[in-house]
Amino acid sequence: MRTHTLSVLVENKPGVLAHVAGLFSRRAFNITALSVGPTSDPKVSRMTIVVDGDSTPVDQVHKQLEKLVRVLKVTELEPEEAIERELALIKVRVNPDLRAELLDVATSFRASVVDLNPDTIVLEAVCSPGRLDALLTQLARHGTCELVRTGMIAISRGGETITDDMDSAPPELALTH
Amino acid sequence: MEVTGAQALVRSLESQGVDVVFGLPGGAILPAYDPIRSSSLRHILVRHEQGAGHAAEGYAWATGRVGVCIATSGPGATNLVTALADAYMDSVPIVAITGQVPTAMIGTDAFQESDITGITSPVTKHNELVTDPARIPAAIAEAFHIASTGRPGPVLVDLPKDILQAQTTWSWPPSMDLPGYKIPGAPEGSLIEQAARALREARRPVLYVGGGVVKSDSAPAVRELAELARTPVTTTLMARGAFPDSHPLALGMPGMHGAYAAVAALQECDLIVALGARFDDRVTGQLASFAPKAKVVHVDIDPAEIGKNRRPDVAIVGDLRTVLTDLVTAMRAEIDANGAPDTASWVTLTDGWKRSYPLRYSQEAGGPLKPQHVVERLSALTGGDAIVVAGVGQHQMHAAQHYRFTKPRSWINSGGAGTMGFAVPAAMGAQIGRPGELVVAIDGDGCFQMTGQELATCAIEGLPIKVLIFNNGFLGMVRQWQELFYEERYSEVHLGTAIPDYVKLAEAYGCVGLRCDNAGDVDSVLEKALSVSDVPAVVDFRTHDAEGVFPMVPAGHANDDIVLGPEFTAAEQQAATRKEVI
Repeated sequence: MRTHTLSVLVENKPGVLAHVAGLFSRRAFNITALSVGPTSDPKVSRMTIVVDGDSTPVDQVHKQLEKLVRVLKVTELEPEEAIERELALIKVRVNPDLRAELLDVATSFRASVVDLNPDTIVLEAVCSPGRLDALLTQLARHGTCELVRTGMIAISRGGETITDDMDSAPPELALTH
Repeated sequence: MEVTGAQALVRSLESQGVDVVFGLPGGAILPAYDPIRSSSLRHILVRHEQGAGHAAEGYAWATGRVGVCIATSGPGATNLVTALADAYMDSVPIVAITGQVPTAMIGTDAFQESDITGITSPVTKHNELVTDPARIPAAIAEAFHIASTGRPGPVLVDLPKDILQAQTTWSWPPSMDLPGYKIPGAPEGSLIEQAARALREARRPVLYVGGGVVKSDSAPAVRELAELARTPVTTTLMARGAFPDSHPLALGMPGMHGAYAAVAALQECDLIVALGARFDDRVTGQLASFAPKAKVVHVDIDPAEIGKNRRPDVAIVGDLRTVLTDLVTAMRAEIDANGAPDTASWVTLTDGWKRSYPLRYSQEAGGPLKPQHVVERLSALTGGDAIVVAGVGQHQMHAAQHYRFTKPRSWINSGGAGTMGFAVPAAMGAQIGRPGELVVAIDGDGCFQMTGQELATCAIEGLPIKVLIFNNGFLGMVRQWQELFYEERYSEVHLGTAIPDYVKLAEAYGCVGLRCDNAGDVDSVLEKALSVSDVPAVVDFRTHDAEGVFPMVPAGHANDDIVLGPEFTAAEQQAATRKEVI
């Protein structure tokens, strides 16, 4: 599956998420992940949307999103020019014989133990979605019993920012280095 | 100045220049109806909210101004949904105002509560639930701005009852807060030059004129361009009237029930200049085999239409009126520098198609009345001067095919959505928008029965619309598909011609009711209907039930598979398929 990552700045107003989600269902666009959070400007939220490029015309997604009145800016982030991260919390059953091995795996993926019980541990991992998939494969044989992922967020590498060419970018949005 | 939210709403509508609103009151919207009484707004009390929505659309189609409809919360609002969806599909600028339950009760399943912003989000250009009375003027101003600019469309403003009742301060104009709303600016000059060059170099060009030409009021520029570039013109269902049917370069309507010359010209051309058209499936037929030899210049104000269905060679995003003005200038320069385009043999070929494969039907004296004959006589008697309104189905296609349109904004119909019941209320809106002009709804018996109760509204308002019901006793277009594609197994399409008695029904509604069941009487009955000037005139035309709409490209087929219909011989069909001129 070829995925595309769209960074979308939207007005932080009621119903905006419903508008965006509604657009995806109405136009039969397939998304694999969507995450939303505030930005440095309280009036603006940022969505990161991962689109399945095999089944969905990404150019249409981009243009249709642009048409939503509450959408301020849409940018596609190329994987090689972006830093992509996802947070996962993973509850794993602990077999006493394999405990050391499990912790080794966690260490090598820089996953930290955030909860420890006699039978289970909860790992917190922050990495690219691909690396996260690799970690999950490793953990599977230990018995992953619960998994929660945030969906990917991404930011461009280098000095450019998403608000660079926005005419009406509120000043608060400019990042202070 | 201290006012209530309701007063702010009504003042905002007045300040926005609204002269008429179509609506029906109810509990949640009640506060707004009090200040309406003493306002300058003319309120048309409809019999069903769907009628208010379509009337607002008809008004907008006919005038180019924003149509306004008002409904209460819950079912009042949901009854607007079909009209909003219709306006969304056909890019019609309307603003819908709905009442909502008080803010404290939202989400509690209160009486007549519905999440109308949620429900209409996929079928509106924008909508907003207003939760602060101070925002009402801005919300209304923004709604009108969004509805009428860029690619037009419907906008809904949902107003909770307590917001309408609350005190607020009135001031106008409000400042609009739409940081994410983008209207395309002027396109690059080099793109216009590319388009002009393509048009001059093409040997077999076609202007594919869509509804955007009507909406941007750029029909005169299209004519100038067509004559300058000596290019045949096809007007889509949304653009009938944008180019006069009597013009030598007019090919007629393309698409599933298009004129042969229009369909064939698009298939055979080497250049399509698409102007405010969206390569809809009803025009392209099977997309992969549509216009296989054509380069495409696509001009549209909506960037998302560019490349959605057909990848263009030259993509121009911008307002058609500006683009066309520039394109005409660029075309003149191109011709001055490099000579006039050489399209003579192409125009000869398309002329031959027009002569060999015209729209054909046969009206035998004493035989069953053909709907095409009624349209043709209406066209002749009105000199192409009427505003013709249709719903969806056979009557719509016969009207679009056989009425000889002379000017833009004289054809109103439900194009993209295909909404049964559109015609009567849309005709009402058109008549209110253009009083003193002749408005004729051509309707099917199936369509009519969905919204015919607005005749009451029209009679009470003294609107002299004409309603020509093509009563064949069937859901005619569905019947035609069952005949052609389901081996004549007619399933649930027979309505019967006698019930209701449309003459009595018309009279019961305070209208003039007439009936005509033979070709010989068509002129006299039409003249009688046209002479009624104070109330609607309804004519029950008993039309032939087996009459189909032709030509026809079966759904999903290539346009090359166009079927001319029973009026043509096998030899003619064969020659047409090979694109020969007989």
